[in-house]
Amino acid sequence: MAVIRRRKQPEDEVQQHPDPNPDEDDDKEEKASKKSGKKNKSKNYSCLDNCCWFVGCVCSVWWLLLFLYNAMPASFPQFVTEAITGPMPDPPGVKCLKEGLKVKHPVVFVPGIVTGGLELWEGHQCMDGLFRKRLWGGTFGEVYKRPSCWVQHMSLDNKTGMDPPGIRVRPVSGLVAADYFAPGYFVWAVLIANLARVGYEEKNMYMAAYDWRLAFQNTEVRDQSLSRIKSNIELMVSTNGGNKAVVIPHSMGVIYFLHFMKWVEAPAPMGGGGGPDWCAKHIKAVINIGGPFLGVPKAVAGLFSAEAKDIASARALAPGVLDSDLFQIQTLQHIMRMSRTWDSTMSMIPKGGDTIWGGLDWSPEEGYCPSKRKPGKNDTEISTQNESTSQECEATRANYGRIVSFGRDVADAPSSEIERIEFRGAVKGHNVANNTCRDVWTEYHDMGFGGIKAVAEYKVYTAGEIVDMLEFVAPKMMERGSAHFSYGVAENLDDPKYGHYKYWSNPLETKLPNAPDMEIYSMYGVGIPTERAYIYKLTPAAECYIPFQIDTSAKDQNKDCCLKDGVYTVDGDETVPALSAGYMCAKGWRGKTRFNPSGIKTYVREYDHNPPSNFLEGRGTLSGAHVDIMGNFQLIEDVIRVAAGATGEEVGGDQVYTGIFDWSEKIKLKL
Amino acid sequence: MAAILRFRKLYFIEPTLKKYGSFETSKDENQSLEKPEVDGKKEASQTIKEQQSDKNKKKKQARGWKCVDSCCWFIGCMCTTWWLLLFLYHCLPAHLAGFKGPESPGVRLKNEGLTPLHPVVLVPGIVTGGLELWEGRPCSQGLFRKRLWGGSFTEILKRPLCWLEHLSLDDETGLDPPGIRVRPVPGLVAADYFAPGYFVWAVLIENLAKIGYEGKNMYMAAYDWRLSFQNTEVRDQALSRLKINIELMYITNGNKKVVVVPHSMGVIYFLHFLKWVEAPPPMGGGGGPGWCDKHIQAIMNIGPAFLGVPKVVSGMLSAEGKDIASIRAVAPGLLDSEFLGLQTLEHVMRVGRTWDSVVSLLPKGGDTIWGDLDSSPEDGLCDFESKSYFPTNSKENNTRNDDTKPQIKTKQETKYGRIVSFGKTALTSYDLLQELMDVKRVSNSGANCGEVWTEYGKISRENIMKLADNKAYTAGTLIDLLRFVAPKTMKRAEAHFSHGIASDLDDPKYTHFKYWSNPLETKLPYAPNMEIFCLYGVGLPTERSYVYKLSTSDKCDTIPFRIDSSAGGNGGRGCLRGGVYFVDGDESVPVMSAGFMCAKGWRGKTRFNPSGSGTYIREYRHKAPASLLEGRGLESGAHVDIMGNVALIEDVLRVAAGASGAEIGGDRIYSDILEMAERVNIKL
Repeated sequence: MAVIRRRKQPEDEVQQHPDPNPDEDDDKEEKASKKSGKKNKSKNYSCLDNCCWFVGCVCSVWWLLLFLYNAMPASFPQFVTEAITGPMPDPPGVKCLKEGLKVKHPVVFVPGIVTGGLELWEGHQCMDGLFRKRLWGGTFGEVYKRPSCWVQHMSLDNKTGMDPPGIRVRPVSGLVAADYFAPGYFVWAVLIANLARVGYEEKNMYMAAYDWRLAFQNTEVRDQSLSRIKSNIELMVSTNGGNKAVVIPHSMGVIYFLHFMKWVEAPAPMGGGGGPDWCAKHIKAVINIGGPFLGVPKAVAGLFSAEAKDIASARALAPGVLDSDLFQIQTLQHIMRMSRTWDSTMSMIPKGGDTIWGGLDWSPEEGYCPSKRKPGKNDTEISTQNESTSQECEATRANYGRIVSFGRDVADAPSSEIERIEFRGAVKGHNVANNTCRDVWTEYHDMGFGGIKAVAEYKVYTAGEIVDMLEFVAPKMMERGSAHFSYGVAENLDDPKYGHYKYWSNPLETKLPNAPDMEIYSMYGVGIPTERAYIYKLTPAAECYIPFQIDTSAKDQNKDCCLKDGVYTVDGDETVPALSAGYMCAKGWRGKTRFNPSGIKTYVREYDHNPPSNFLEGRGTLSGAHVDIMGNFQLIEDVIRVAAGATGEEVGGDQVYTGIFDWSEKIKLKL
Repeated sequence: MAAILRFRKLYFIEPTLKKYGSFETSKDENQSLEKPEVDGKKEASQTIKEQQSDKNKKKKQARGWKCVDSCCWFIGCMCTTWWLLLFLYHCLPAHLAGFKGPESPGVRLKNEGLTPLHPVVLVPGIVTGGLELWEGRPCSQGLFRKRLWGGSFTEILKRPLCWLEHLSLDDETGLDPPGIRVRPVPGLVAADYFAPGYFVWAVLIENLAKIGYEGKNMYMAAYDWRLSFQNTEVRDQALSRLKINIELMYITNGNKKVVVVPHSMGVIYFLHFLKWVEAPPPMGGGGGPGWCDKHIQAIMNIGPAFLGVPKVVSGMLSAEGKDIASIRAVAPGLLDSEFLGLQTLEHVMRVGRTWDSVVSLLPKGGDTIWGDLDSSPEDGLCDFESKSYFPTNSKENNTRNDDTKPQIKTKQETKYGRIVSFGKTALTSYDLLQELMDVKRVSNSGANCGEVWTEYGKISRENIMKLADNKAYTAGTLIDLLRFVAPKTMKRAEAHFSHGIASDLDDPKYTHFKYWSNPLETKLPYAPNMEIFCLYGVGLPTERSYVYKLSTSDKCDTIPFRIDSSAGGNGGRGCLRGGVYFVDGDESVPVMSAGFMCAKGWRGKTRFNPSGSGTYIREYRHKAPASLLEGRGLESGAHVDIMGNVALIEDVLRVAAGASGAEIGGDRIYSDILEMAERVNIKL
């Protein structure tokens, strides 16, 4: 600063000295002579100094506003909001407090995929100075500053699915791990704040943060995350007067916790050695929020062509750049390479095969169209149409069972007309050895044109065949994944092979623990079109490309809403279809079934999506979207009630808007 | 700018709307103006008149312009340059060639092949841990789960009274006041940085991470440092939490015992834990008598305040200590001035006296350890000069060079034993206790003293005079003094802490938790293989005893005592300076308090250490940072800065990686601790 002041001030003085002269001067000639001199100076001034002046003005105004903003009483924004939208309802925490609800059961949060923060503990040279700084979550500042370095550090080892040598990225621990995903974008924060109102604090709330990139069992192998959850639940139960814990998993955390419940009762060394009644002793209720029990079709698209939104939400950070090949950035390929090293994404591949998700000619949701029940976001008739369950979709029957089909015509055609050429065992053919691709190596480059063609010629893939197809196009990844996850339906649950941990996260291949007093809730949003099946096309060949792409041109001419931009949608919370979130609680576990031998009570609670009515409401207090539902007042109230001791019946039992029970009936599964 | 104005003034006839007339338009106008000038004089003269009248108008405008706009211009310049510099700074590669700091101990030891062996538990001390708000009054709206203590402390400036209210504890119970819940921040973030850029544990954590430590084998035992130790368990279950986490790390790291690294007050907190964990429930943790032996490899006490800190005395008497009331450092100027009626010190005292933990730091062991009216273990060892301490201690440096008679100070009679004396030549008063009994408390005769309430308000002026009438107080009688001036605080806190020496450790009364944090009233647990390290800085003058005077102010509710900063002069670097007697130490904890237990009290098999756990003293001589670039120094010995001391970090890393005390070099002593310890006459 000092330098500037010294340099600039003399200049000012120089200008001020001649200032009195013109006043005294009446001679025009002198004026004229000065004219030319002044002209030059004035030009300099208007350029640089006007800029400075402008910047100064902006800064001052900014500071002034900032000052005013800070000086503003904290309740002012709320006041304004209320003035515009009418009085806000009490936050559920306050409401419950007024009703006299108090802390009873300790609460455990299990965050889902993507939402948990990851921080750097050891890295390569390019990550200097970022020790214990967040790589994932927070501001994502490093993505812009050193993108390739960031991708390198976020990736896991291709072979082992663990840390690459020399890199240690670890989950952030504590409530801060997932209260906010990015500044201002809450995940658990609203729920935490409301629980705090009725008296919860650090000692009876625990965030079970884990590295969501790893396969579930590997979180235990590397970080002892499962042991950590176990001992923390034990601690909280013992220090809170023996009140059992209420567990609240969200998204992938749901199946992670399913894995935990099996792990904790399994004998060491594979399990936690808690004994067969650990869950009965320590867990009061499991409140699954938006749980992808049976997988998410989105995950298929994500793994297949890196095009899903949630899984590769990294994409959302820079949407424009993705599709363009200019700059040679090849973002999608980079993301695919990175996310294919994350074993956890494979835990969300649709489970249960054709039995659950439908075959070539049928699917449980068929004849049902989400937007019939409920118009899309932009529609103005929200209030007029609601709750009329499952109107028929008059025109076409969407074949939801065909999760991936190549071409619009194939998607619609009756199954007898589709010619399919077996792809399993097809010769993959040569890949052109390509040096330019080294950076963005995806397994597609191993496949060669033969393989790609074979995949496309099989035309249609159902949920069962999807797994085979992924094994074909990404053998390395699926080899890692199949050691940790399984996607089938068990014939005989007593088969000793189901003692292996790879079945623990699949509700169709495990029994629930023996805990008759436990309650399982499935809470999820409905009323938002959710990806269910895709129409693919081959990408025009280019160097280092991803050969498959969603065929965004495929859409229905009429207002038939089920197909849009190459994606068939059903009812759900924008990420998880209602079928996946609700089936287990609606049917698979209801009553005493072979999956639920001790007859644990289950409850389905759906929350109808209502978009925020205006901008001031932020992400809405009645939202049903996958993450935003964590701010849904109704859901929060239910959670608080259960945490304060209410049973499922007391909070209202089932609350259903979709045809989940009808769909479940259509699924022929031995129970 | 000025040029533009003048330019317009001269040649514009009609005021233009354009403020920043571009060059071209003005040129056109010039031409059009020049024509009439040439053509007719009449017209010209008219023009001139117009010009002149215009001129005046413009002048006014110009002045307005100059004032505001120059400001704008200046701010603009500043901002632009600032951004430019900032931008350049960010573009800077992380490692400039030639600007490479010394290799950090972590990297060096990693290259030596050290890997994590024992899990590490960090126990922060007083003040350094963060506190966050969980429930508060309306004035604290919007601060949910924001830090009230630690971090940037912005709330002090925004809403000071609200802030003080929330940090206070309940006067009666020493727990939360109704409607307020302030809780410790958990995890490593609790105390890695105290304020942005001011590291506490961060350097140590980073170096541990270099050799492979991470979240799963490093645990920060954050607790609410305002509470008495047992209350952290009652309210937050902090001790149970610590126990469970040590057990968890022990199991998940292949049955490796943990290395515990407590700092400052954390040292006596962990001492409390050691007793608690083996005691039977409900008072204890029920770990059984072998728990420590099974789970703890070593305790590396950093800057341990085993026997208390004299600083706390001044803190409690007159809120003048530096460490405890470090709030003071935040706004140093305001404190002493009474203008604006701020009474900052009184507020601080009021808040500080609700914190029970402060009492845990009062000098323990009474006259036996700290000396009586006539002698003390440290007497005659005030020879800082001969030891060439304080090589570059900022201000003192100048005067020191003039002084050529360093030994003179040594002969000066220092009576460290008198921790608080009123007047420099205080009379000895052996009948002190008797007198205290006689002094009757008179209930507050003065007017209602408003918001600021310190217990001084309840003591009549007369009694204060009596208290101060040339009396000297030793460590033993000091407690009585405090009981008198702060009856409530002491009553509350003495249910949790004790400051004496046990004559018979087998007395069943010593199983009560109030004795657990006093090393002189407890036995160490049975753990013959456990090692205890005392790591502390030396070479800094550390407060040891005080000369007090009565404060002149007669106002209601002011603090009646002040440190007599005229005693001993300000310039000297003798043992008495500014009313404070100094000894060797780490600026907060005197060597005596930090080292005595390891040097004598626990050395070998004593009655305090029946199983003979090994003890080691590691002292680190203070060296001020050589240049500004070094920050707070790589060889600092100061109480908190020592956490960045390279030698200390290396010791901690080696022990964590499996080295024993003998392997890292056994004792390492610079001070006179052994001599001092010899002089202490205590039954072992």
